[in-house]
Amino acid sequence: MKLKIILSAIGLLATAHVAQAEDVIRIATEGAYAPWNFSGPNNVLEGFEIDLANDLCERMKAKCEIVAQNWDGIIPSLTAGKYDAIMAAMSITPKREEVMAFSAPYAAAINSFAAMEDSGLANLPETGKPLSVDSEAAKPVLEEIAKKIQGKAVGVQGSTTASAFMEQYFQGGADVREYKTTEEHNFDLASARLDAVVANATVLAAALEKDDMKGAKLTGPLFSGKVFGMIGVGLRKEDTALKARFDDVIKAAVADGTVKKLSEKWFKVDVSPQE
Amino acid sequence: MIDLPFIYDAFVQLCSGIPLTLQLMAVSVASGAVLAIALAAMRLSSWPPLDLLARIYIFIFRGTPLLVQLYLIYYGLSQFPELRKTFLWPFLREAYWCAALALALNTAAYSAEIIRGGVLSVPAGQIEAARAYGMSGLTLIRRIIAPQALRQMLPGYSNEVILMAKSTALASTITMMEVTGLAAKLISATYRPVEIFIAAGAIYLLLNFIVSRLFKLFEYRLSAAQRQPIYRRAAGENA
Repeated sequence: MKLKIILSAIGLLATAHVAQAEDVIRIATEGAYAPWNFSGPNNVLEGFEIDLANDLCERMKAKCEIVAQNWDGIIPSLTAGKYDAIMAAMSITPKREEVMAFSAPYAAAINSFAAMEDSGLANLPETGKPLSVDSEAAKPVLEEIAKKIQGKAVGVQGSTTASAFMEQYFQGGADVREYKTTEEHNFDLASARLDAVVANATVLAAALEKDDMKGAKLTGPLFSGKVFGMIGVGLRKEDTALKARFDDVIKAAVADGTVKKLSEKWFKVDVSPQE
Repeated sequence: MIDLPFIYDAFVQLCSGIPLTLQLMAVSVASGAVLAIALAAMRLSSWPPLDLLARIYIFIFRGTPLLVQLYLIYYGLSQFPELRKTFLWPFLREAYWCAALALALNTAAYSAEIIRGGVLSVPAGQIEAARAYGMSGLTLIRRIIAPQALRQMLPGYSNEVILMAKSTALASTITMMEVTGLAAKLISATYRPVEIFIAAGAIYLLLNFIVSRLFKLFEYRLSAAQRQPIYRRAAGENA
């Protein structure tokens, strides 16, 4: 008898869920990558991507549920169907495209080194200047940086384009350490366990404003290029209809300046994708 | 659906993390055991303040998650600039020593109670008899208490060592590239968590199989007195 009640309750829940699933899009974000996405006071998710997600959903006339998910499980959970989309400053890379699909890009990814002012790495060449790592001009700069970071401890967040960048361009040179979040490698930069970190420049710039990061600064060029890619909404390969919906509204949001406006609100610079 | 050659590939790659896993385990189990003996002695001491101190230590380290202890040691201690100027910093700066320290402090709390239980299991009559023979101090421990306590605590202690083997996986959260850390890195490169975690799980299984066999062997060697004499079984007396 009891079992029957439980089973029918489960059945009810299941049907309720299916009925609801029609126009609800579940979006995962990391919630620890300020100012892109982070948990604000009272544990409410905030940031550039939260605002953008809400705007996109409004355009799609869909109801959105935004959930926080650890970065290292964010792609497996998407393919497992725990949510339908990822908006977590995730770069579109060929490797990721083997297992998932991406919408049209809604932001460009710019990465940078950060180091403590009193360390030998505080004055890397070309500080603050944009540099595409794919260009010819990048070669001498990267070589000079490689010499300077030889044997130094450099922190990156695991499974990110920053870790791919370190692996691709400075293999065997620096002592690269992988962290679960950027906050954790920032702690270790401040406590002098690390000589430098590499992460998204907007995220680093925001983190450096905090008191406990006093004395740290961005150093070296503002890197862009293929290894960093553009940032798009991560989707399951088979959800082509959802991809088409996201593509349309993202293009519209880029075209009418919404992305630029939100970008300037959160980053103080425009990171909207340039054609 | 499950790709066996890929699992094998992952298994081989993850094997390069075994030395670090074993090192963390060996360092923490060995230093934890030394601390545990001291704590057990304190718990058994007749001077109440010593007993209380050990009780508080055990209460704290058994009552809080190992992950929290690890984070407090690694990220917590580094927040004090004063500490960074002391002789401790060259150790605490390294994730390796932080992980070993957290694991050792944690296992010491559990092991102390296992040792205490073993010592208390030695019948009071035997100790009394030994004293009557004039044994005292180290002789009493070496001849009467230690051999019996050791045998009593082995099953419990083998559990603890197996738990430690698995707990080393937490070191991956503070950048250590042991088996689990390598698995996470491999997953981020391939996005195939199922196969890679199966391979990682197999490594821990293998490791713990060896650990439990070793303890079994040790237990067998120590329990000669409890075994049935072979000639009786050969004669089929109980068949």
